[in-house]
Amino acid sequence: MRTYGYILVMAVTTYLIRVIPMTLFREEIKNRTFRSFLTYVPYVTLAVMTFPAILEITDVSWISWVGFVTAMVLAYNRVSLFVVSLGCCGLVFLLQLICG
Amino acid sequence: MGLCASNTGTGKEDQNMQRQIYLKGMKDGIPVALGYFVVSVTIGIAARMAHLTPAQATIMSLTNLTSAGQFASFAVIAAGAPYVELAVSQLVINLRYCLMSCALSQKVDPQLPFYHRLLMSFGITDEIFGLSVSQKGRLSPWYTYGAMSVAIPGWTLGTLVGILSTSMMPQKLLSAMNMALYGMFIAIFMPAARENKVLLPIIALSMALSALFQALPWFDFISSGMKIIILTLAISLGAALLFPVPSEEECL
Repeated sequence: MRTYGYILVMAVTTYLIRVIPMTLFREEIKNRTFRSFLTYVPYVTLAVMTFPAILEITDVSWISWVGFVTAMVLAYNRVSLFVVSLGCCGLVFLLQLICG
Repeated sequence: MGLCASNTGTGKEDQNMQRQIYLKGMKDGIPVALGYFVVSVTIGIAARMAHLTPAQATIMSLTNLTSAGQFASFAVIAAGAPYVELAVSQLVINLRYCLMSCALSQKVDPQLPFYHRLLMSFGITDEIFGLSVSQKGRLSPWYTYGAMSVAIPGWTLGTLVGILSTSMMPQKLLSAMNMALYGMFIAIFMPAARENKVLLPIIALSMALSALFQALPWFDFISSGMKIIILTLAISLGAALLFPVPSEEECL
């Protein structure tokens, strides 16, 4: 039963973190620096989370690099999210089968 | 007005449009669901090590939706620590969701009803947030619901599969599916970097500092979740001070 207590505590904590700003800020924030900060946050977080972690997803380092560079080039050229994501996934799977 | 005025997400959309937006969210959510499934399988395996039952692990994934938070919780639960310790560790690890929630609150219609805000907030994860915030103009809650409706089952089922079949999936398939998750991250920030010249060096700097933080042994005492928070706060604040976003680009 205690395990369900833990699950409830973490679910409530995590939901509060998510819901408070979303319900509190019902008007647009006027402060320019804060707005700019919020604009940059998602891109910086995603970049930080992607690199260098992406290089460690396969055992063969060059295959991870090929997947990384392919995704970067495709995405920069505005190829759709679905194609970028599944394209580099398929490429990495094939390279591992052939060369791994 | 202009771009920012489209997709207001209140009563102004008719049902057909809401359906279109919902379906787009579902389609964009497919790579998320795939990536989640893989990560969640490893969560299921970790849950088994911490002696959770399949039902407990599955309920945890359904109600929490947080990879780093759930991973961290297993050690706390296995140690039988006080509830407050678990709450504090979740608060720190998931603090970035608070930042994302702030950002999302500025992206939806200011008139968006309360119940939509309560429901959307449940789905604020790195990936669903990333998809939602990269939509042009105002964010419709239906887009987020679409993404949630495929991503949450992916996350929940992955945990169940993981705890039931500890190591039956071939490793090569697992790592390739992980690549799909990162490919999706990249597909979110790179097109934006092409449209906003300032973003490209900021992204390059973020990656470089992240690699440096990872490589230098002095930072080993900081958990990886904490490193992400520190780097995000520092780099975003620096960027906001040096390159404030002009008001006409607020809908970036």
